[in-house]
Amino acid sequence: MTPTPTAPPVEAGRAAGVPRSPARRRRRRIGRFTPRDIAVIGLLLGLPLLLDLGLIWGPALASIGLSFTSWDGLGEIRPVGLDNYVNIVSNYPPFWPAVWHNLLWLAFLGLVATPFGLFLAVLLDREMRFTRFYQTAFYLPVVLSLAVVGFLAQLIFSRDYGVANAILGRTDNPVDWLGDPSINLWSVLLLVGWRHVGYVMLLYLAGLKAVDPVLKEAAAIDGANEAQTFFRVVFPTLRPVNVIVLVITVIEALRAFDVVYAINRGRNGLELLSVLVTDNIVGEASRIGYGSAIAVILLLISTGFIAVYLVQVFRREDEA
Amino acid sequence: MANVQPGRTVPPVPSGPTPSPLSRRRLLGGAAYAAGALALPVGLAGCEKPTEGGSGGGTVTFGSNYSDEVPKKAIAEVLANSGLDVKINTVDHNTFQENITRYLQATPDDVFTWFSGFRMQYFAAQGLATDISDIWQTIGGDFSAAMKQASTGTDGKQYFVPFYYYPWALFYRKSLFQEKGYQVPTTWDDLKALAGKMKSDGLIPIAMADKDGWPAMGTFDYVNMRTNGYDFHVSLMAGKESWEDSRVKQVFTLWRELLPYCQPGANGRTWQEAAQSLGQKQTGMYLLGMFVGQQFQGEVAADLDFFPFPQIAEAHGQDAVEAPIDGFMISSKVKNVDGAKELLRYLASAKAQNAYLKSDPNNVATHNGADTSGYSALQKKAVELVGGAKQISQFLDRDTRPDFASTVMIPSLQSFLNAPDDVDGLCRRIESQKKTIFAS
Repeated sequence: MTPTPTAPPVEAGRAAGVPRSPARRRRRRIGRFTPRDIAVIGLLLGLPLLLDLGLIWGPALASIGLSFTSWDGLGEIRPVGLDNYVNIVSNYPPFWPAVWHNLLWLAFLGLVATPFGLFLAVLLDREMRFTRFYQTAFYLPVVLSLAVVGFLAQLIFSRDYGVANAILGRTDNPVDWLGDPSINLWSVLLLVGWRHVGYVMLLYLAGLKAVDPVLKEAAAIDGANEAQTFFRVVFPTLRPVNVIVLVITVIEALRAFDVVYAINRGRNGLELLSVLVTDNIVGEASRIGYGSAIAVILLLISTGFIAVYLVQVFRREDEA
Repeated sequence: MANVQPGRTVPPVPSGPTPSPLSRRRLLGGAAYAAGALALPVGLAGCEKPTEGGSGGGTVTFGSNYSDEVPKKAIAEVLANSGLDVKINTVDHNTFQENITRYLQATPDDVFTWFSGFRMQYFAAQGLATDISDIWQTIGGDFSAAMKQASTGTDGKQYFVPFYYYPWALFYRKSLFQEKGYQVPTTWDDLKALAGKMKSDGLIPIAMADKDGWPAMGTFDYVNMRTNGYDFHVSLMAGKESWEDSRVKQVFTLWRELLPYCQPGANGRTWQEAAQSLGQKQTGMYLLGMFVGQQFQGEVAADLDFFPFPQIAEAHGQDAVEAPIDGFMISSKVKNVDGAKELLRYLASAKAQNAYLKSDPNNVATHNGADTSGYSALQKKAVELVGGAKQISQFLDRDTRPDFASTVMIPSLQSFLNAPDDVDGLCRRIESQKKTIFAS
């Protein structure tokens, strides 16, 4: 969150110092930091580091530790080895559906919602009429909290009173959009996608505005058509934005929680790993060891994606 | 939960003007503040505790889950008349329940609202509640034996003072039954015959909702207790019976006979929506607790009636009634024991219960001497129903371990409603999960 904390203190030190003799300056270069600099750096780096250790690494390591135990939050913590993991994989019916739903979520956001957001951004970048209006309209859902989206879902998709069935004229044999486990995930993904598209659109729009028009002109002069210009020239220059969008998409897909929780507490076809963690740890259930093991599995999946992604980035950077 | 990290949405732009130290400090402060805000809910359980340590004497703290408008106001009025200085700490009903473990371990209030049954016994056995057997020596005569039993821990001591209860039964609209000439069914076959008649009249016979996960448990409990009896219910809930037992499979098989008459799509419907369909005479009957009355006003409320769940096996008749009891306990970390016990004695009085039910009439008082003259017809009938019951069960999620009820039974019953034909597979999955949970 802090923008490059090392650079400013040096600046500050230099600004504070009056012009010095060359000899002093050389010595200064060896021991670059004054005690005050070190104190400032220590504070600026140390505090975030402490927060990071205390709030992210601490709990993460504690979860990993607890995942090998059985603990109800009250009595003693009993080590059980790999029992929790074996149990989750072989004896917990909601687990595999939850993994599958998380992956489906990721695929939908990555392959449908994100490209569609890019498509909208390209359209809006053409300065058509009412661009501002469209921008606002598409971005509006992003402002809504997912809990509100969950509430909207109820109004639209409720089997008996929802708008969707009324519009489709399915009042005699209504579709159970949220209750039928074979379709409710898609109803939810539609809503989540609706929200995600706006977000992605905005990011790409910002990126597209920053693309130098000279590039496009040059491509046109070279005889490239619209599609070629976009895919060969404009899109590659959007790489920083692509990276951000990709990361956001992965994060959104793996931390998905609130919509399904608001709709039916993430059950009956809407199971997600995050919900299973909550179900087991929070609440009266208090299967803390068991829930921690699910959390660790979620952590491993996230780490997997992040690792793959980082390897890709570094490899490309080496090539460049 | 691990990824609360805000996504780095800002591209790493080469920083132009150096931010002033002040803004950096402000940023850090903001980060610390945000981190604090994130960490806050963890300690939520007991953080509302007032720190008025020295005052001692008369003040009794009261942890309340009566967070809905009507009950909240009603309990405040009752406590104001207790003659004690009571400080109420109200927490949202669901939050209270979810945090109960941490709440009782941290800094709980002297007296707290809770449920009878396994849920009470569990915390009493953990040493988190104060033994109030001495109170029961004086108030014991005011309550039925069943009430006393429902207040007793596994060690034979009392830990709980019952306040009110609400029976579960099949609710219907009197005018609809009159209009169509329906008779209240007393046996399983009658029930199915009535449902068939309703269906041919274009009604959905039985309203059904299980989006919240718990309402279907009521149907399971009743079919089970009518088929196999109350004792089997208790030992099944205690984890002593196998879920692959033919008796359990029989419950699901019988329930399946009823499903064609039930409102389809139950897993997508809230109990409130199902209640509305009953009110609008789209559905004929609805098995729910008496709190279903909250959904109706005026004429419809007056038209509401219920009948007990019909007999299935003759040996068990209509003996058992499902009637969850809400009441109060004293935490083990109580600061003002005398005050807390005095408050419980007051709450166990007919006077306090009358005062409460006047404001919240969707329940029934537990006190034998409570004034029933002001009761609605429905409340009077509920007293009769429970008074005539041979056994009183609490409810599936109150009679068994909370982890089993929430992580196994809710998904299992929902999957039964989705795919009622795979009873064997369902029972096998429940049993294998039950084994690991009850072993821990």
